[in-house]
Amino acid sequence: MCLGVPGKIVEIYEANGLAMGKIDFGGVLREACLTYVPEAKVGDYVLVHVGFALNVISEEEANETLALLNEIVNLEEELPTQD
Amino acid sequence: MDTKLRYGFRDTKLVQAKVRQIQKLVTRPWAIMEICGGQTHSIKKFGLDQLLPPEIEFIHGPGCPVCVTSLELIDKALQIAALPNVIFTSYGDMLRVPGSKGDLFSVKANGGDVRVVYSPLDSLKIAQENPRKEVVFFAIGFETTAPANAMSVLQAEAMRIDNFSLLVSHVCVPPAMRAILNSPSNRVQGFLAAGHVCTVMGYWEYIPIAEEYRVPIVVTGFEPLDILEGVYRVVRQLEGGTHEVENAYSRLVTYEGNRAAQKVIQQVFEVCDRKWRGIGTIPKSGWKLRDAYLKFDAEHRFDTQAIETQESPLCIAGLVLQGLKKPYECSAFGTLCTPQNPLGATMVSSEGACAAYYLYSRNLESPKMNHV
Ligand code: SF4
Repeated sequence: MCLGVPGKIVEIYEANGLAMGKIDFGGVLREACLTYVPEAKVGDYVLVHVGFALNVISEEEANETLALLNEIVNLEEELPTQD
Repeated sequence: MDTKLRYGFRDTKLVQAKVRQIQKLVTRPWAIMEICGGQTHSIKKFGLDQLLPPEIEFIHGPGCPVCVTSLELIDKALQIAALPNVIFTSYGDMLRVPGSKGDLFSVKANGGDVRVVYSPLDSLKIAQENPRKEVVFFAIGFETTAPANAMSVLQAEAMRIDNFSLLVSHVCVPPAMRAILNSPSNRVQGFLAAGHVCTVMGYWEYIPIAEEYRVPIVVTGFEPLDILEGVYRVVRQLEGGTHEVENAYSRLVTYEGNRAAQKVIQQVFEVCDRKWRGIGTIPKSGWKLRDAYLKFDAEHRFDTQAIETQESPLCIAGLVLQGLKKPYECSAFGTLCTPQNPLGATMVSSEGACAAYYLYSRNLESPKMNHV
């Protein structure tokens, strides 16, 4: 239950005074409360825990991390390893 | 982005490269604790412990809320759930956690109205639809579920839903880390901090811990590459003799965390001493409802009798949770105690160390990354 699930916001609306959203979890749509991510827009990816989005996932940071990780592989391919 | 989010951080080629990078770095044995049960689950599921050099030992931390909710509180839940006018709502995992006598499933089987919900807001809705019933939500969890639970209380107040209350068992990570480091039998040399807890709380709380105990702490995510990156950075610090807090989960975690969520937590909860199952009371390690919200506190609303708690005499979950024993060292592991018939809480949730070992022990014989 502690494991947050990333999903994509497909719709934003209000219910009982709370910002809510329809979130697409790889094809499965569920409702989540967006009150803690006021900056979130339709199309953003958010991390959802027990029905609440806790943060917008930074696409930029994700890409940067993956690019850095890819760099190690490229470096390894260029330089012969010692082992 | 979609594919990248799900599979980018599981890329086999990148995983292998990261493992080689760690192999080149490591010169001696190191014991690293992953605090979070979700990470324990990933480590066993993807066989990461088998991929890494033998010098690296994972000590599995107590970060599974289902596992550490105290027996006293489970017993209270069982009493409240059995009351005739109560609808008791809970996350599914809690239903099979053994109390001193039975579990929530057995209460349900005996006619109790016990319902599984996905979010405390679902529970609130049930309260709204059943005004003549008392609806109780079992509010367990670490800092990750606190924003949701706190908001359900504010909503109940705003919408004047008076038949709703929480049975609160909130636990917090930093005091548990201190308790582990203070223990004379501690072997932990570096920590992977729980990424999703830090999504809410940021990582400023860990800076004094790293400083005071001279341990490296790396904020770490849950995908195989996230965990390996966390391990890499901890090992790099251990080998270099430094003890800093690093963030290896920058796509979700910032230094200060989610301020809006912290503010609501602060408004609804206050710090309290909390008893952890198998470990004992850790000072200032939990949250309880503030006095202003006492009417939403199920412990206040229902008179429960103190009953003599009783753990299974075979269960060594307390030692497992403190990283002093591995699940397979328990005499009941996989025989008398299985996920279908758990003797201890760490066998119930898939985030519990015993269940993770039980579910993924096949990784010991099969090629590890096949499941990725
Ligand atoms: S295997 Fe079962 S009995 Fe043994 S420590 Fe784990 S939960 Fe307790």
